[in-house]
Amino acid sequence: MSSRREFLKTSGALIVSFSAAKVAGPFGVEAQAAGLYPDPDFRQLDSWIVIHEDNTATFFVGKTDCGQGTGTAFRQMMSDELDIAYDKTTCVMGSTHNTVDQGGSGGSDAIQTDGWPMRRVAAEARRVLLDMAASRFGVPAEALTVSAAVVTVKADPSKRVTYGELIGGRKFHVALTGANIDATTGIARVKPVQELKIVGQSPQRYDIPAKANGSLKWATGVRPAGMLHARNVKPPVAGATLVSIDESSVQRLPGFVKVVSKGNYLAVVCEREEQAINAARQLKVKWDKPATAPFPPSEDLFKYMRGATPTSSSNPIVVGNPDPAFASAARVVEADYDIPFQGHTAFGPAHATADPSNGQMTVYSNDMKSYGMRNGIASFLNMPREQVRVIWMEGPQGYGRTAADDAGFEAAYLAKELGRPVRVQWMRNEETAWDTKGPAFACTLRGGLDAQGNLVAYDYMARSADYNHLGYNEADTVLIAQLMGARRAKPATGSAATPSEMYAIPNRRMTMHVVSLPLVWETPVRTGNLRDPNGPQSTFASESFIDELAAAANADPVAFRLKLLTASNADDGGFKRARSIAVVKAAAELYGWDTRPSPKPRQSGNVLTGRGMAYAFRGQTVVAEIAEVEVNRTTGHVWVKRLVCAHDCGLVINPEGLKRTIEGGMLHSLSRALYEEVQFDTEKVTSVDWASSPSLTHLDAPAKIDIVLVNGDPNPQRPDLPDYGAGETSCTPMIAAVANAIFDATGVRLRRVPFRVARVLAALKAARV
Amino acid sequence: MSTITLKVNGASHTVDVEPSTPLLYVLRNDLGLEGPKFGCGLGQCGACTVIINGVATRSCVTATSSVKSEVTTLEGLAAGGKLHPLQQAWIDEQVPQCGFCQNGQIMTAKALLDRNPHPTDTQIREGMARTLCRCMTYYRVQAAIKRVAGGGV
Repeated sequence: MSSRREFLKTSGALIVSFSAAKVAGPFGVEAQAAGLYPDPDFRQLDSWIVIHEDNTATFFVGKTDCGQGTGTAFRQMMSDELDIAYDKTTCVMGSTHNTVDQGGSGGSDAIQTDGWPMRRVAAEARRVLLDMAASRFGVPAEALTVSAAVVTVKADPSKRVTYGELIGGRKFHVALTGANIDATTGIARVKPVQELKIVGQSPQRYDIPAKANGSLKWATGVRPAGMLHARNVKPPVAGATLVSIDESSVQRLPGFVKVVSKGNYLAVVCEREEQAINAARQLKVKWDKPATAPFPPSEDLFKYMRGATPTSSSNPIVVGNPDPAFASAARVVEADYDIPFQGHTAFGPAHATADPSNGQMTVYSNDMKSYGMRNGIASFLNMPREQVRVIWMEGPQGYGRTAADDAGFEAAYLAKELGRPVRVQWMRNEETAWDTKGPAFACTLRGGLDAQGNLVAYDYMARSADYNHLGYNEADTVLIAQLMGARRAKPATGSAATPSEMYAIPNRRMTMHVVSLPLVWETPVRTGNLRDPNGPQSTFASESFIDELAAAANADPVAFRLKLLTASNADDGGFKRARSIAVVKAAAELYGWDTRPSPKPRQSGNVLTGRGMAYAFRGQTVVAEIAEVEVNRTTGHVWVKRLVCAHDCGLVINPEGLKRTIEGGMLHSLSRALYEEVQFDTEKVTSVDWASSPSLTHLDAPAKIDIVLVNGDPNPQRPDLPDYGAGETSCTPMIAAVANAIFDATGVRLRRVPFRVARVLAALKAARV
Repeated sequence: MSTITLKVNGASHTVDVEPSTPLLYVLRNDLGLEGPKFGCGLGQCGACTVIINGVATRSCVTATSSVKSEVTTLEGLAAGGKLHPLQQAWIDEQVPQCGFCQNGQIMTAKALLDRNPHPTDTQIREGMARTLCRCMTYYRVQAAIKRVAGGGV
């Protein structure tokens, strides 16, 4: 107890009240006092900012970093508002006991939503410090100037005081207001964009040196004293029922501690990691297969999806009168597009370590939604949430995978069962087969062109296999809960998606359905939020189809898009139309786009070249991307030789950091375009490792990537220029851009993702290319 | 269990493990070295890469008892308080996103450049081909390697 108090006292800005009252709980009289890990109060300035005596500052934010360097951006924004040098600050992120609950990561909202309270509280701290200095010098605050955390009397520069001298090591005790954490504010106002000095620069990410020299402490490396290692034993067939366990098959193995099972959840716990791995492999278990197949084989997936009765359907979105417009169209084009389930396939499998010392539960995790996991685990273990905390640490990024952090729940459950710290890590085959997946989409698009090649009618029909979508660390939907028998009465509806473009089409209908696979619970083919959850799928369909329509109209694909974008003046509050036009033009200019219809005239030689564009938005962030490909007609191999991205996310905090994130996003979707597909037979997922679940490699890296950061706002200098999320949008149009480039090079339209060599070669041969 | 002595990053360590224990678990769990990571346990991804006898070696599929020469891990690359040029290039180029794979990227690149200090672009691609990254930092990894290779290491 005392050591924990010491830890808390030294770990930062804490508004901690220690209650002596014992509470009754699952640990009876041994339970620790309630209130040991209370929520830091977001309405207290001290929860966000600590000024140290050495005139440095620490910022505490309720965010986690998914590898994009958001912590560096937070420091820039808060340093700027506080008027302190960037390198005199540090940032603490994502642990539930010492940072306010900003939800961790999700929805690319780090800068666009959560950056605002950070800026406002930093501005408020600056205001309070200036007031303190004003009192000290007996002058009004307006008579002061501040730079690099030093306050000076304008009229008498000999009168100066540092932030550290004003408050170092002490608390502000300043209350903030705001209906919720996103609205948190003090009295001070944030600076106009023109006064920001650190925002817009590119300090190097503070986390990178420790990642390059091996000194970073990751969630995978936490080892509390007395820690045990656990490995799961998963059902060999999806939906199988555990009948019996022969514990004698492992009891004599070295280091064996315990077999833990409940329902169909099964784990083996040993002293050492390699012992747990071995024991989990040796354990003899009898499972009963389910009476019916859990899913159709993946090669029949789209036939199944198109024939299934939807579990839910959105009301169609209709503009104009599509049916008469189709009837009078000079030409109607129709095409189906199929995108399979694609895995998060995190580079390192799910892992967490849980420590049940003193009747509490501390979980060390890379969960992007650490706050949600804390609540979920407390509920799952029936513990008061004040006794549970999640310490967020860095981990292998899964781009949404850890939003449903199964391993954290498993570690906590096992630690409670064993009464000792337990580390759980999934094996590669578990992670690849059983992680959450981006939903498969089956889309049908129809377009009607008039005699002049104008798009006059458009019909978008999407079906996604997204029923029982997971992703928020709910105590009754994480995998361990499902395997133990938890069944939510109403599984999450899931969603399909509308195309994310601003094309002005006079007659348009969009229809979205969600379908379910036969097995809803305890299934490895379960969906979660994969980096822009539906965007790459729906945009593959919609932006491929626009390209098909442009070809049908014998129009240049960029000119065709611009014509559709400029056919209306109607815009939204974020000027998405104006900014869409700007990025499409900027990408074409940066690439050096030669205006002509696709495909390119028939080429000779083995290697065919072509270029394709696609554009999309996510929220208010708009991007246009161009892929230049080389297609080898004898092997079917596709190399994306060059990528161009024009990207508008409003105010840019760290341009170099943003460019790296855009590069990563584009190549992530390039991997989805060329390789990624979750395959399964009628019993199990057969994509289980990097051989059966291939991913992009160094051989696929483009020779050149060009990025232009666009500010397409009609008033680009406005002082309140907003910042929008940038973690996902660069993923959204890439698959379509590649497909459009392959069409340009070969005249062959690929409508089924991914574009693996065999599929490309078969399509080329069928078209006699 | 049996007693095995390993030389790692210049220091000798004696551990008591099953001889077949993959070197990765000994490095991480017994010696507390966090550079090498578990990614697949199958020798497919490169997260666990260490250098033994100048060869980039996948420690997740290397039996501890089979190790007869000194092991160098990511922690052992810096010398005299100075980062290895590749590590510095990784910072200068701002290579990592999450960074979990970068042990494999840096260690594989080091073995590549030790063998061939001035590789062509194709040799870099092929030499790095089996070292995976799910944040897809390949373009920046290659740029960082070229920085060092061009600098005449």
